Amino acid sequence: MSGLVTPQPRFGLRWFANHEARLIWRDFASLVTGGKPGRMAVVGLIIVCFIAGMHVFAAYLLGPVVAEGLVAGKSLYLTISAALLMLFSLMFSQAIESVTRAYYTRSDLDLILSSPAPSHRLFEVRTVVLAFQTVMLSAFIAAPVINTLAWLDGAHWFAAYGVLAALGVIATSLSILLTLGLFRWVGMAKTRLTAQIMAAVVGAGFVIALQLIGIMFGQGTSRLSLLLSPETLAAAPKEASGLWMFAKAALGGVWEWIALVAASVLTLVLVARFSARRFAQDALAAAGVSEHSGKAQEFKGFRVSGSVRAGLRRKEWALLRRDPWLLSQSLQQILYLVPPAVMLWFSYGEGGMFYVVVPVVVMATGQLAGGLAWITISGEDAHELITTAPVPPRTILWAKVEAVLVVIALVVAPFALAMLFFSAQIAVTLIIGAALASGSAVVVQLWFRSQANRSLFRRRQVSSRAATLCEALVSILWAAAAGVALLNPLFAIVPALLVMIVFLVAWFIRPAREG
Amino acid sequence: MASQNTTALEISGLEKAFDKPAVRGLDLNIAGGEFYALLGPNGAGKTTTLRMVAGLLKPDAGEISVFGSDVLKDPIAARQKVAWVSDEPMIYDRLTPMEYLEFVSGLWGIDREIAEKRSMELVDWLGLQEQANQRCGGFSKGMRQKVALAGALVHEPQLIILDEPLTGLDAGSARQVKDVLLSKVSQGTTVIMTTHILEVAERMAERIGVIVQGKLVAEGTFEQLQELTGKGKKTLEEVFLDLVEQDDAANAELAA
Ligand SMILES: Nc1ncnc2c1ncn2[C@@H]1O[C@H](COP(=O)(O)OP(=O)(O)O)[C@@H](O)[C@H]1O
Ligand SMILES: [Mg+2]
Repeated sequence: MSGLVTPQPRFGLRWFANHEARLIWRDFASLVTGGKPGRMAVVGLIIVCFIAGMHVFAAYLLGPVVAEGLVAGKSLYLTISAALLMLFSLMFSQAIESVTRAYYTRSDLDLILSSPAPSHRLFEVRTVVLAFQTVMLSAFIAAPVINTLAWLDGAHWFAAYGVLAALGVIATSLSILLTLGLFRWVGMAKTRLTAQIMAAVVGAGFVIALQLIGIMFGQGTSRLSLLLSPETLAAAPKEASGLWMFAKAALGGVWEWIALVAASVLTLVLVARFSARRFAQDALAAAGVSEHSGKAQEFKGFRVSGSVRAGLRRKEWALLRRDPWLLSQSLQQILYLVPPAVMLWFSYGEGGMFYVVVPVVVMATGQLAGGLAWITISGEDAHELITTAPVPPRTILWAKVEAVLVVIALVVAPFALAMLFFSAQIAVTLIIGAALASGSAVVVQLWFRSQANRSLFRRRQVSSRAATLCEALVSILWAAAAGVALLNPLFAIVPALLVMIVFLVAWFIRPAREG
Repeated sequence: MASQNTTALEISGLEKAFDKPAVRGLDLNIAGGEFYALLGPNGAGKTTTLRMVAGLLKPDAGEISVFGSDVLKDPIAARQKVAWVSDEPMIYDRLTPMEYLEFVSGLWGIDREIAEKRSMELVDWLGLQEQANQRCGGFSKGMRQKVALAGALVHEPQLIILDEPLTGLDAGSARQVKDVLLSKVSQGTTVIMTTHILEVAERMAERIGVIVQGKLVAEGTFEQLQELTGKGKKTLEEVFLDLVEQDDAANAELAA
């Protein structure tokens, strides 16, 4: 043994990049195909059709704008900058999520760190692959617009891809610095939670902005012209300002483009270098400090006095409270309701505030109840433990439903109280609407319940499209019912009837189950 | 048996504290080609100790060297010789066993052709032929453990460290894992495993170290351990419980 000289191993970084890319690709593929690889061809076709459709749609929207002539100047710069900012928020959110996932939750950290491979070099590669992934996402989203503009207005628009790449690279670098900072400031256990909440909020910002623009376009140019009004334009920086650099680069400005791309590449190289060693150290420091073992919960003694149902409810609440990821997901769902609220606000003016708030709260509770019901009912991690317990299944389901409804009641209560200051009728409408919406969402989840794992929460929509659709329809309909009931309770009959129809359909298509 | 004159693992004065001390001044010497079991109750510090050997945790104090390579000062050289198999198999759900072995070989810088040949042999040996090209996502605990074990063997380490390798395996898988480890030992590889299952330590290991509250309280062959506690013939279980009790009593005296 001692006579042998260990051959100096060579580590191909491209090999590791391939490994990373393969993992990302398979994650993506299993997400879009719902775990059935055979569907890839169909999904591919749908994606191609979707992209084509988006191009047509972009041409339809942009055609008239280009026909009027796109003149370089403050208003065009402002529009482009706003669009880039939106895409940047999306990329930033995406990057925060992938960075936390790649560096803190991959089960391969043990393997990599215990291997003789230079882990900091591997982490550098990982960072570059992450940046690439981020860029691809935004390119996918922006491609229809860029291609259409290049086709209608001139090939110089293709430069926008470079700007997107630069922004994606910067977003990735920033999120790496952010996670490293979080690790130092709030510690390992909270880094993931904080990062995920940030990702949720930043990402929701993108969706919200997108919907707002849709609303503005939908209502003619009046709202868009708010952005481009003389006052706004006057307040905007001068045309020569460096702040327009991104917009100018996207329009094909050679110097701006080169400067931007060079700066972003330099940033990535520096951040990758700096962070890789840090990550190796952090990962070592964090090794084993699982979020689970780290925090001791205060022991208050057993509470066996309550019923089985009380015990089940307590367990559900404890789990909900301790699931930071769920928290961020729910937060995101509620944030998505902001744009419709703004739209309604615009349409009714200030006097119609209740017509806005009541339906939005009703809708939000329906969605929240659906999510929570899925988690407690389908996302039961110890399914077998529970089913083998000497408790009738009905009791178990009821306990879980109660646990969800109590949480919903806690969320709705402050809104209802606030409404009470204005009018009892509004408060009652809100309470009834929220109760119906959440109750219906829970029923849908009960009918479509399956056995899954909590970690699949985000994929539940893919796994049962029917349930998601029913849940959404029911929430929307009850929201509408609550809205019109404020005018005249009799009006609510129509949406209520529609809910019954949805339920009827759901009853027939619900999956069969034994026992 | 391989020559027992080299030292495979040398640990001296090892300490590590989290919220409270987990490993408290541990010394350990394991000869090349030995099959060593680190036995102790839950929370004794077995995993913590071995994670430090694998370079996954930094000790607060003490030294560790693997076949003469200092784990702290020359980590790459040490890692080259060691394989770590965690109790939660660290494999990828979306890779197949073959792809996993390819990746591990890459991490240890093994030549592609050699790696491929060895991987095929390992897959055969561990009875994974049918699943060799299926994704690991749906595998049972036993199969995952076997894949992880194949990953540990593919780079032919001089020292294999396994954390609770048989926990949660069915009898068939456990037997296979045992056989693989024993045959590796007979080829001269050093194997260290942790276990809280007394019978496993008794049956498989040549030497047993009993660790309680972060300290090695007894060490030796099964027979030696039996003698240590005296009182005639005993199962290891009784020996083990005696040792734990003795240590508790000593602690109580210290505290008093
Ligand atoms: N990452 C960690 N953070 C805090 N405490 C830990 C950590 N890892 C282990 N411990 C503690 O150290 C002690 C030894 O744990 P461990 O080495 O896992 O024991 P064993 O493997 O022998 O069961 C236990 O008290 C455990 O709670
Ligand atoms: Mg352990």
